[in-house]
Amino acid sequence: MSAKTLLVGTRKGLIEYRPAGGSWKTQRISHAGNPVEYAFHDARSDMQWASLDHGHWGEKLHRSRDGGDSWEEVEIPKFPQGEVVPDRFGNKGATKPARVENIWVISPGADDQPNRMYLGTNPGGLFQSDDGGDSFDLVTPLWNHPSRMGNWFGGGRDTPGIHSIVVDPRDSKHLYVAISCAGVFESRDDGDTWQPRNKGLAADFLPDPSVDVGHDPHFIMACQEHPDVLWMQNHCGVFRTTDGCESWDTLHTDDGPVKFGFPVAAHATEKDTAWVIPGVSDEKRMTIDGQLCVYRTQDGGKSWQPQRNGLPQEHAYDVIYRHALDIDGDTLCFGSTTGNLYFSHDRGDSWECLSNNLPPVYSVRFGH
Amino acid sequence: MAHLQFTRHLLRFFPDLTEGQVEGATVAEVFTNLEKTYPGIRDYLLDGGGSLRRHVNVFVNQELIGDRQTLSDSVDETSSIHIIQALSGG
Repeated sequence: MSAKTLLVGTRKGLIEYRPAGGSWKTQRISHAGNPVEYAFHDARSDMQWASLDHGHWGEKLHRSRDGGDSWEEVEIPKFPQGEVVPDRFGNKGATKPARVENIWVISPGADDQPNRMYLGTNPGGLFQSDDGGDSFDLVTPLWNHPSRMGNWFGGGRDTPGIHSIVVDPRDSKHLYVAISCAGVFESRDDGDTWQPRNKGLAADFLPDPSVDVGHDPHFIMACQEHPDVLWMQNHCGVFRTTDGCESWDTLHTDDGPVKFGFPVAAHATEKDTAWVIPGVSDEKRMTIDGQLCVYRTQDGGKSWQPQRNGLPQEHAYDVIYRHALDIDGDTLCFGSTTGNLYFSHDRGDSWECLSNNLPPVYSVRFGH
Repeated sequence: MAHLQFTRHLLRFFPDLTEGQVEGATVAEVFTNLEKTYPGIRDYLLDGGGSLRRHVNVFVNQELIGDRQTLSDSVDETSSIHIIQALSGG
C-alpha cells in the first residue's frame, strides 16, 4: 500500500483516513457540517483540495498546504459577463445567465505542468489554472463548442456537468473530458480545439441513440500505463476504448448484471483489468437483489467476476456515486450513499468495512 | 448608511463579522462596503453574476428587497438591513 491518505468527501464534511497496520484509521474531519462534493490530494504540490456546497451560501473551493491541519478558501471562478446556458424549463430558445452551480471535480494537470489545475463544473464549464489554483479561467473553446447550447443537457441535475478530466501522461496537451449529458470530448492542443468522441456509445434515452453529442457517461478513467485504453461507466452500460476514444466497445449485456452504475476503476498497469459496482437499473438505482457486489474483469470486459466477500448480501441499499470508488495499485476503496466505506487490499477478492456510520459518501480518493 | 444585522450562520465563515452601521445608499453599495471589511463575503451572499443567492433573503426595514438582481433598493441612516438564510433544505 503506497497511499498515505484517504480522503472521503461526505455530506457532512471531509473525513480523512491514514494507514494503520495494513488497514485505515480515521484521522480527522474537516469542514464539519458542510457537504464536500469532491476532495483529493495533489501529489505535485502536496496540497489537499476540497469543493464544498454551502447550500445557502453557494459553492466554495478550499485547499490545505499542511496536510489538512488548516484550510484556506480560494475564490471560485465566475463565468464572463453575458455567458448563458439554455433554460430548459423556459420556452424554446430561452436562456439564463451562466453561474457556477457545482464544482464536480478538481483535477491536476500533468507532472510537467506543476501549476496547472482544472475544475469541472455544472453548468458545463471547464476552468483552468496555471498559477497553482490561485485563479481559474474558463476554457472558452470547449464552452463555445457549437454543440453546447443545443445538445448538452442535465442528467440528474438541471444543467450539464463535467465530472471526468483525463490528462494523457504521454502528452499534457492531450485531454479528455466527460460531460453528463453531452459525452466525451477530446483536445490534442491543450484545450484550443475540442472534438466529440462518442462513436460506439448508445444513448438509449434519446430518439437517436447514436448521436454525436448527447450521451451520458457517468465516469471515465484511463489505464495509466496504456493511456489509449479508457473505461466508461455510462448511464446506458459499460464501454471501453482501446484507441484513444476513436471508438467505444460495448462491454455489457442488456440483462446485466454489469450495466447500470456510476463509478469505474481502471488498473494502472493492466489494460484489461477494471472494476464496476452495478445497480439494478436506472429506474430503481438500488443494489441488485439487495446484495452489494463489485464486478471485476481481467480480460478487457469479455467476462466479469462478482466480488462479494466481506460485502453485505441482504438488505443492502448502497448506491456508489461516480467519484466514490478509487484504486491505488491493487488496493481499492469505495463509499456509499448509506455511509458505508469498504476497502480491499487484494484486488477486490475480499473487502473490509472501515465504517458503517458515515454520512452519504460523495467521493473517495487515495492520496500519496 | 444603514444598520446591518445578519444570521449567526455567517459567523461560521466570518467570525469577526459584527452588527452595525455600514456606508451606502443602496443595498448594493452596502454590500460593496461590507466586502472591503470582510473580503469574500459578497460571494457568500451573491451568485457569480451578482444576484442575491437563491436561498438568501435580505430585508430592509423588515420588508424583502424588491431587486434581487442588482440590489438597487435604497437605504438611509435610519434603515435596518437583515441578512437571513431562507428556510430550505433538510
